[in-house]
Amino acid sequence: MEYEAVIGLEVHVQLNTSTKAFCSCRAEFGMEPNTNVCPVCLGLPGALPVLNRDVLSCAVKVGLALGCSIQKRTKFDRKNYFYPDLPKGYQISQFDMPAALGGEVRIDTPGGDKAIRVKRVHMEEDAGKLMHEDDGSLVDLNRAGVPLLEIVTEPDINSPEEAYAYLTKLKSIVKYLGVSDCDMEKGSLRCDANISLRPKGESRLGTKAELKNMNSFKAVKDALSCEISRQTEILKEGGSVAQETRLWDARQSMTFSMRSKEEAHDYRYFPDPDLTIFLIGDNEIELARAAIPELPQQKAERFIGEFGVSSYEAGILTAEKSDADFAEECFRVFDAADKKPVVNFLIGPLLAEANSRGCGLRGLGITPPGLIELVLLVQKNIISNLVSKSVLKEMIDGKTTAEEIVKTRNLAQISDTSALDGIITRVLAENDKSVQDFRAGKSNAVMFLVGQVMRMSCGKANPKVVKELLERRLSDA
Amino acid sequence: MELYSMTGSQLAGLLAGGEVSPQDIMSSLSRRAAVKEEQVRAYVRFEGGLESIPPEGGVEGKSPLSGLPVSIKDNICTRSFNTECCSRILSGYKPPYDATVVSRLKKAGASIISVKTNMDEFAFGSSTENSCFGPSRNPWDRRCVPGGSSGGSAAAVAADEAIFALGSDTGGSIRQPASFCGVVGLKPTYGRVSRYGLVAFASSLDQIGPITKDVRDNAMLLNVIAGYDPKDSTSVNEPVPDYTSCLGRPVKGMRIGVPKEYMVEGIDLQVRESLLRALEEFRRLGVVCEEVSLPHTEFAVPVYYIIATAEASSNLARFDGVRYGFRAADAEGLHDMFSRTRGEGFGKEAKRRIILGTFALSHGYYDAYYLRALKVRTLIKKDFDKVFSGFDCIVTPTSPTPAFRLGEKIGDPLKMYLSDICTISVNLAGIPAISLPCGFTGKGLPVGMQIMAGHFKEETIFKLAYAYEQAVSAREKRRPEL
Repeated sequence: MEYEAVIGLEVHVQLNTSTKAFCSCRAEFGMEPNTNVCPVCLGLPGALPVLNRDVLSCAVKVGLALGCSIQKRTKFDRKNYFYPDLPKGYQISQFDMPAALGGEVRIDTPGGDKAIRVKRVHMEEDAGKLMHEDDGSLVDLNRAGVPLLEIVTEPDINSPEEAYAYLTKLKSIVKYLGVSDCDMEKGSLRCDANISLRPKGESRLGTKAELKNMNSFKAVKDALSCEISRQTEILKEGGSVAQETRLWDARQSMTFSMRSKEEAHDYRYFPDPDLTIFLIGDNEIELARAAIPELPQQKAERFIGEFGVSSYEAGILTAEKSDADFAEECFRVFDAADKKPVVNFLIGPLLAEANSRGCGLRGLGITPPGLIELVLLVQKNIISNLVSKSVLKEMIDGKTTAEEIVKTRNLAQISDTSALDGIITRVLAENDKSVQDFRAGKSNAVMFLVGQVMRMSCGKANPKVVKELLERRLSDA
Repeated sequence: MELYSMTGSQLAGLLAGGEVSPQDIMSSLSRRAAVKEEQVRAYVRFEGGLESIPPEGGVEGKSPLSGLPVSIKDNICTRSFNTECCSRILSGYKPPYDATVVSRLKKAGASIISVKTNMDEFAFGSSTENSCFGPSRNPWDRRCVPGGSSGGSAAAVAADEAIFALGSDTGGSIRQPASFCGVVGLKPTYGRVSRYGLVAFASSLDQIGPITKDVRDNAMLLNVIAGYDPKDSTSVNEPVPDYTSCLGRPVKGMRIGVPKEYMVEGIDLQVRESLLRALEEFRRLGVVCEEVSLPHTEFAVPVYYIIATAEASSNLARFDGVRYGFRAADAEGLHDMFSRTRGEGFGKEAKRRIILGTFALSHGYYDAYYLRALKVRTLIKKDFDKVFSGFDCIVTPTSPTPAFRLGEKIGDPLKMYLSDICTISVNLAGIPAISLPCGFTGKGLPVGMQIMAGHFKEETIFKLAYAYEQAVSAREKRRPEL
């Protein structure tokens, strides 16, 4: 029997508000343990929470960007459980009146465009951090009370690849909004997954497992793949999947049972009596809407229309807002209608370099006009494509312009026939076999001869011109 | 007349005239406490005298409370001074911050007494018998309880060991001990006084309020502690009038409703008679008294014990031994540390309420208990709204009985819970109510009368209470024999 995976994701995004969700402590990282704390986020007896309104506007922004309906009335609830990193013994979260309901994220799949429905977006506070030492554990509450948004999907995801695509797209949108840096390694984006299998064609849901402890998008993909195999095996053997929470172990590439359904917490949610119901006014929603920049999807569509790039290229160029802005500047500086030569530089060598360094296009030290100068040198046949790659390498991090590099290193392409004649004569003399081949009707042989001329000119010869000259000389004789 | 036996307003007059100094008042009070504390045990960790917390920061302007001592219940945070809620689990705890009411008092120049007043652990109780420090005694009869949970504050004021005191009231914890001890106690409108720094029992019901020797003092103290606090999201941004300026205004033509549901069996005969006499007094003052109905009164106790325990179970979760207060020794692992700390740190009543509340919020029971209780709470509120559309105030007994004996009810929690039957609805509705003395039983125990009014109508309450107090003061003035 063939099985289909049914996956839902819960993503926690740490908001980059300047202060914490319910007190005025700075929400800053890398401080000495327990320095960004006050009676409120320490959960001292008698302290009370007061909502940071910025958290609400972030939630509204994200809700709107995901196409959710913003709830006019929203409230906070207490999620009760004991843990040493949870100073009040409960987390202030939202249960039945979240900030936003019902939206979607569109992803590209091999089968085409697919909508992953977003069930809800709600606000909550983060817990502290535990550090385990030999002789005990230490609690750092700097992170306690930092605002989070939880974004929950419907079970619309059917493969690890779709999960990966959803996360990539969601991260892109949230980063565009500027409300979080979404850095999974720093923990500012976290993801849990619910996954069950069912026979293909079946509409009822199977028993799900919840997966935790995935520290990268790749880990989410791997953990899901692994869990699909595990559940498939169980079902194929006629067994049934246990409802439980499982932890992903990246080292061993396996999931392990953490707790069963019976051991699941009863969080005893109830409305937090310390916080009143919050009303979100129309003007507040409109203000948030006005503050939403052009989002990746819209930008990609505009790039396709305005700059004639392909949908694939537009997707790559708009994934990161700063990259998209860089690309757009390049397109504007480059006058020609066909932007293909620019796109090839951006998507090819530049993004490859930026990704390997973990920085954006702007981090490479090249300005859009600087890049276009290089593109134009190729366009005007002053340098070859081949040479342009090495010029680009020098431009990265260097302070010099393409033209200067070409000049000082004497890289300009030789299109002057008289300069090329000498080299061609030598090549023809040294490669008699190829000359014979050509004359015997093997027209391909000319390409080998072109290569030899390029080699002798140290790549500077204009290959188009060389080919023409060679063909003329060979047929002359 | 000794300074300690004077009211706050009398002392303020002496201070203003330069006849006495704040030190004179403090030392008089301290000497009184040194002599009487052994019999009353109103304070916890009392060591032979009373001292005020040295003032820090500026005093803002001239306040009528300037130089006057205020005693603070053990669940209201005082920076660097023990705030233990009379619970072992908070033993030795000294908060790093002042409750908003305390900082307001400091700014007004009041002297905060450094030892705190006794209470039932976490305000769970009606007798102070649930204090980890042992019970306080009723100054009128030391075999009796002072009421609770703010029993220490009420007893201190009644015994002239305090001039002003703060209590907290979740279901009657200011008013019931005030009535047992023959003093004046007000639970303000929910949101009138900041809860910031009050160790929470039931957040949607808790309110700090004044316990004083008379109505004027009560208004004086409320003047200082009332007002919007941005640190408490449930405090209300409503202007604070001068509550003393309404005192002495005519009450003729005012309308009092007397709910029939509060005058049924279970109410002690002498309490009933005292209240009826008080109503007669009001009629003499030209006040109209008519019977009214609050039909959902019978549900108040069950609704209260679901909501209050549910909130308490969550509010008390933070006492886990990780960060402050008591931690069980030699625990093996995290779970053991949590359960032993809480097992050893909380008293019997606290555990009972935590378990009750945890149950009420549990999966599968929430709708049947907590959610339903919230709905009935709304009905109780509506009962009051309806009456207040035709009446200025509602008058009832504060407690169905006068002070009971130590040990009389401690073994029967349900009986103890029912002693709050007259005060609980007020907290559920969020309205203000005062308890003031309205006579004595044959055995010389004080009886309290409760006056309720609509939201933010504290002035109406004070006006009526003051008129009554003035009318009867000549013949009713008695002091406990200590």
